[in-house]
Amino acid sequence: MNDTICAISTALGVGAISIIRVSGEDAIRKVALLFDGKNLEEVKSHTIHYGHIVYHGEVIDEVLVSVLKAPKTYTKEDIVEINSHGGISTTKKILEILVENGIRLADRGEFTKRAFLNGRLDLTEAEAVDSLIKAHTDLERKLALTKLEGKVSKKIHHIREIIVLLLSNIEVNIDYPEYEDILEITKENLPPRLNEIKDELESLLEESKVGKIIQNGINVAIIGKPNVGKSSILNALLKENKAIVTDIAGTTRDIVEGMVELKGILLKFIDTAGIRKTDDIVEKIGVDKSFKAIDEADLIVLVLNNHEVLDDNDKELLAKIRNKTHIVFVNKNDLPKKLEIDEDVIYGNTIDIDGLDSLKDKIIKLFDLEKISNSSLEVVSSAREIGLIKEALNSICSAIKNVNSTLPIDMIAIDIKNAWDRLGEITGEAYEDELLDNLFSKFCVGK
Amino acid sequence: MFDLIVVGGGHAGCEAAHIAGVLGLNTLLVTANSKNIADMPCNPSIGGTAKGIIVREIDALGGIMGKVADRTHFQIKMLNNGKGPAVRSLRAQADKVTYPKVMRDYLDNTLNLTIMEGMVEDLIVKDNKVEGVILSNQKKIYSASVILTTGTYLKANILIGSENTLGGPHGEERSNYLSDNLKKLGLDIQRLKTGTPPRIKKDSIDFSQMEEETGDDCYYTFSFDNPPFYKIDEQQKCYLLYTNDLTHKIIRENLDKSAMYGGYVTGIGPRYCPSIEDKIVRFKDKERHQLFLEPESVYYDEWYLQGFSTSMPRDIQEELVHSLKGLDKAVITKYAYAIEYDALNPLEMKVSLENKKIENLFTAGQINGTSGYEEAAGQGLMAGINAHHKLKGLEPLVLRRDEAYIGVLIDDLVTKGTKEPYRMLTSRAEYRLILRHDNADLRLREIGYQHGTIDEERYLKLKKKREEISEVKNILRNQYLKLNQEVKDFLISKNIEIPSFSTNLYMFLKRPEINMDIIKMFVSLDYSDEVLEEVEIDVKYEGYIAKVYKEAEKAKRLEEKLIPSDINYDDVANLANEARGKLKDVRPISIGQASRISGVNPADIAILSVYLRKKYDK
Repeated sequence: MNDTICAISTALGVGAISIIRVSGEDAIRKVALLFDGKNLEEVKSHTIHYGHIVYHGEVIDEVLVSVLKAPKTYTKEDIVEINSHGGISTTKKILEILVENGIRLADRGEFTKRAFLNGRLDLTEAEAVDSLIKAHTDLERKLALTKLEGKVSKKIHHIREIIVLLLSNIEVNIDYPEYEDILEITKENLPPRLNEIKDELESLLEESKVGKIIQNGINVAIIGKPNVGKSSILNALLKENKAIVTDIAGTTRDIVEGMVELKGILLKFIDTAGIRKTDDIVEKIGVDKSFKAIDEADLIVLVLNNHEVLDDNDKELLAKIRNKTHIVFVNKNDLPKKLEIDEDVIYGNTIDIDGLDSLKDKIIKLFDLEKISNSSLEVVSSAREIGLIKEALNSICSAIKNVNSTLPIDMIAIDIKNAWDRLGEITGEAYEDELLDNLFSKFCVGK
Repeated sequence: MFDLIVVGGGHAGCEAAHIAGVLGLNTLLVTANSKNIADMPCNPSIGGTAKGIIVREIDALGGIMGKVADRTHFQIKMLNNGKGPAVRSLRAQADKVTYPKVMRDYLDNTLNLTIMEGMVEDLIVKDNKVEGVILSNQKKIYSASVILTTGTYLKANILIGSENTLGGPHGEERSNYLSDNLKKLGLDIQRLKTGTPPRIKKDSIDFSQMEEETGDDCYYTFSFDNPPFYKIDEQQKCYLLYTNDLTHKIIRENLDKSAMYGGYVTGIGPRYCPSIEDKIVRFKDKERHQLFLEPESVYYDEWYLQGFSTSMPRDIQEELVHSLKGLDKAVITKYAYAIEYDALNPLEMKVSLENKKIENLFTAGQINGTSGYEEAAGQGLMAGINAHHKLKGLEPLVLRRDEAYIGVLIDDLVTKGTKEPYRMLTSRAEYRLILRHDNADLRLREIGYQHGTIDEERYLKLKKKREEISEVKNILRNQYLKLNQEVKDFLISKNIEIPSFSTNLYMFLKRPEINMDIIKMFVSLDYSDEVLEEVEIDVKYEGYIAKVYKEAEKAKRLEEKLIPSDINYDDVANLANEARGKLKDVRPISIGQASRISGVNPADIAILSVYLRKKYDK
């Protein structure tokens, strides 16, 4: 039997209420011991009760407690959710008390893992839940929901069906070679069929790029020499739009300075230090970090000073971003112009809103955000899925290539079968041992 | 008292009895009619796609089917030659007169083996352990173990139209009580069906109306141990013909008269071997179906009409046969029939082919729900080896899916069960690229040697072959193609692209247009064709083969995660009900096997893995 686990299932610091979720066979009994109110062990399933968390005679918090009995719950186990509104410290205190009472702190992604293991979700759905947890914008939430409904699964099913039809024909030819009146798949009639599969996979991949932008947002690095106004531009952007709290688990957390929503897409601003040639060791570390940010960003905004002449540092930066998606923003156009530059640039300052709007329009144009926010949303987006689709596509391409060589049909069938298997892995129809472990290690706690 | 009694002298029984004798078990083969040992009641051929590879595997492991086929066929072909090395397979037209004779000779010359006639109707079982058999005359024969290879003889019914005769093939006596007695012992019995086409008198056939099908014009053998015994130009011909509108019309109009469609059959027949009425009903749009005429023997003049199996009454069969081009005056010597028989549920046996409920009882062949001489023989061989191992306290020999078609066959049976007679297909083998005709000895001879079925001499021959293969590869790696004018001219004359830089012959052989014959122009290779063929396949398909080995290696890790035999699936929380039931039925030996059970999904496997880790790893 699964032991009982608990975790805070809302992002810390967001909203007034925090929810602590407890799941497992002892969930109801153990929370009941701490709850002053109705006897939770006697209440009906899927009901909410008002009361207090009391520990050693001390009232810790005023709470609402939901009791959800197995199997109609997220994990298919008994679940108790404690809605606390006492802020971070109170929430943490309740969690500590639960742990002291023998409830184990959940591992990363353990609730979702249980939901999956208990047959509540298939793999694509489980990944969608992961996205849902991380969903910052409405559009992302929509994408996650579409996926949950299995639209992506349906698309992949469709491609797999085309493949399996072809494969079974090849297999029949091989197993029943004496039957000459069955259509034989040959090197002549194979290419159009393979190309059809290739096209389907490619369009799926094309859509997945959109999916990636919707899901991961656009990483933006604002760079420039010290004191050209990078921070003021960022602050102006953040102030004007509702800034999104950054305290969310993610690999780039330490360098993401702020996020802004634009046409439903998340712009993530990467913190960069001012860049100039320097011998100062501390400053140099900052500069190196900024160069790294340039490499990782999807978009670079180079800020220049309208009131200064273009110098070597500026020129070097211009050269550096030449091959990346970039925008040159000439700041401080409220001051007399001294800068001479032969580039497509945007003029503006942080006092007037016009310049900032031009900047945003430019971003929308560069990434075709209008189109993305209106797209059908039936797209794949996780790195695992995209990787598998690419593998499937590679196998099909290899099959197409091999049709033109003297390789026999049974080798070509191996490539086709491989594509079929990889797509099966996306929807969980093919089982790989390591798959689950990899998948679940990247889930965050809670739903 | 015997060590082992083998019940039934068909293809499974012959291999089981032979290998048990070789391994030193004091063995008794009981057969209802000793004239029917190794009888071929259906098609007059050994091999076929995938099946031909099973015959090679049997030979590699010390069995005799391939040796007998080599000595008794009158036509042989390599199927799928153009479709790639992995799916090549031999098919031979075996003579129905000489095949059983030669097989009988082999058995008569097997040490420790006694053959007797008798109809086994019951088992002696004490404390769930088999101790012998009881014959229809109530005589008891005691033994430490029993292998049942009763084929289609358990409660067999022959159906022709609405006519239903109790009996086995050729009107032989059937076993009336054995399956009921097995049921009483707690075994699950299922009813299966198969069929066979009509036989036609040779001189009533007008062959000029049909297309000839000849044997290949090069020499092949099933066995790794003997030379070919035939002459290419003395091979017999087979013929190809087609059904037509009239045939289809007759079938449609008389459908309700067939045993199958008239509702006289309760058994489940195989989808891959449909009767002609099935073909017409299920593939309405097809204008014609292929049929083959094959001689059954050179010693009598009956021909087998392959593809025309039916359970229509005799008068309709006459009409049908006469509707075919070239058979309008045909004389039917034996009418087609459907046969129903009792079989066991293969889920009730272990991977060793030992019964889960009755210790020391093994089963092989059609009684396990399979179809085909080769599938039967493969199981017979494994049952014989494992009966021996059981008695000697050794671990059973279990072939993995990446080691042999026989492994695939048995794993499928004990993992998925079967609701229709099971035929081996190459598409059932996910690792078929490494389960080839050519490398059966490289895959299995050493295993046979370790298990006592392959002698020292043959093992040394295998070792030599392996060494030679690596020698040739080394030669090719170290020999560079010298691009002098002579070589260039030669390549141009053969329409082969000249390499832009000097390459070794190993890499050169990888090119699609290069084969071993061309390589031999540049380096002298004094090795057997088998060795050179092996090198060619290994080198040419190296990338693909490596991929398959990688996949197999991954799967092997799951096979090595063993499930303790005392596991109680009720203790594993959160398993889906269907999965729990299936796991209880199959009782898989490993996580790998569990993952192949239909109805057990990845989530269940993950739960099971976690449970095992928690419970047994501490």
